[in-house]
Amino acid sequence: MSLAFEGVSYTYHTPAGETEAVRGLTFEVRDGQFVSLIGPSGCGKSTILSLAAGLIPPSQGKVKRGGGHFGYMLQTDALFPWRTVEQNIFLPLEIKRRNTRGMRENALALAEKYGLKDFLKKTPQQLSGGMRQRVALIRTLAAQPDTLLLDEPFSALDYQTRLAVCDDVHAIIKSERKTALLVTHDISEAIALSDRVIALSARPAAVVGEHDVTFGDGSPKSRRASGEFAAMFETLRGELGI
Amino acid sequence: MHAVRAAILIALAGLWELFARTGVFDPFITSSPSRVAATIADLAAAGTLFYHIGVTLMETVLGFAIAVAAGYLIAVLLWLNESARSVFEPYIVVLNALPKIALGPLIIIWMGTGYTAIVFMTVLISVIVCIMNMLAGFVAVDKTKLLLMRSMGAGKAAILSKLVIPASLPAFMNTLKVAVGLAWIGSIMGEYIVSRAGLGYLIVYGGQVFRLDLVMAATFILLVLAGGMYALVALTERLVVGKNRQ
Repeated sequence: MSLAFEGVSYTYHTPAGETEAVRGLTFEVRDGQFVSLIGPSGCGKSTILSLAAGLIPPSQGKVKRGGGHFGYMLQTDALFPWRTVEQNIFLPLEIKRRNTRGMRENALALAEKYGLKDFLKKTPQQLSGGMRQRVALIRTLAAQPDTLLLDEPFSALDYQTRLAVCDDVHAIIKSERKTALLVTHDISEAIALSDRVIALSARPAAVVGEHDVTFGDGSPKSRRASGEFAAMFETLRGELGI
Repeated sequence: MHAVRAAILIALAGLWELFARTGVFDPFITSSPSRVAATIADLAAAGTLFYHIGVTLMETVLGFAIAVAAGYLIAVLLWLNESARSVFEPYIVVLNALPKIALGPLIIIWMGTGYTAIVFMTVLISVIVCIMNMLAGFVAVDKTKLLLMRSMGAGKAAILSKLVIPASLPAFMNTLKVAVGLAWIGSIMGEYIVSRAGLGYLIVYGGQVFRLDLVMAATFILLVLAGGMYALVALTERLVVGKNRQ
């Protein structure tokens, strides 16, 4: 078990009053699994990731984090324009005080393996949107997290780039054998990428459906091409009440 | 564009000279470009020109440097401590609205009539804007990047040094530009109130003894110096911020 939510609720306080963002949420992400949480916009998905990352404590229930490091990937790449690609990739090492030669070499090896070798000395502004998102992923992987928390990391990309980056990120995460928890509002993205899809209600977020994705050869492309894709899409649509 | 600007300047100076020489203007009241040039040459020959320039420049640069450094430091402290920020923000806003020249008599009593009083005036006039500008720059840092830093486990010190300070560099350069202008206002105003040397002193003295050539000459030198200092800051901005920004 890499991550488990047990009856987790979260209420935040604003001057306007209390808002319940998450209610009685229970699910589990096992080691090496790619799990997607899918729900309507504003249903509290990002709150769930903040809970998973331990940035905020639950109001009720328990978040069990099975040890190891967590890496966070956000809606925008959030690359620092005053740092080169290489310096951006080293950022988590500097912050986590793991900026050793070995860790840096490891990060550079990852960058080279995934096609960033010629871009290391460039600044983020010189890269395309898809390439920037890849740098963001390598930056997340640089600190060698066991579990990746992905907060709609493709939502800022145009559709075609998004398809390509989706496949790209999925392949990298799988080949590095990382556990991943993705939140998204895109049904087809969730089915294509995940081993398991969990549908959430509108706020306060609660689980309304859970499905293992077993068809295709595991790649997003094969899943999108599979006949079962449409059936699962419709099931999820029904659960989300769209 | 540059040629047009230069042409306008030359034309205006030419007209000024022409009107002064033909009696349209009374050169005793308005002076003229040639009389301004002659006055500057006289000051230079007497050896006092660079002394007065040096005094004002020293006061301005020193006041500017202290104001920027103190403003930056205070802004950092206020950014680090949110409750201090909410306590002190109204004070800063009110101090910003206060015309600092009103404090002139107090400053003379506290600081005496030397350079210290003038530098203090310069700092007083520029520092509040430095604090407000820098704080606004710090607070405006992209929320997503802040979340990213926090998700990596960064504390306030790391967020400050690795994100907030580099991200607010354009705000810093902007602050320098505003502070340059304010520092000149501060030093000249200080010299108006209390001084025995400097360009502000020359202007006041020239006005008192009705030597408008001297007033105009000192004003002209001031214009060149202030423009030069601003250009220097703008050049630094281009070099530092450069293309490495979105």
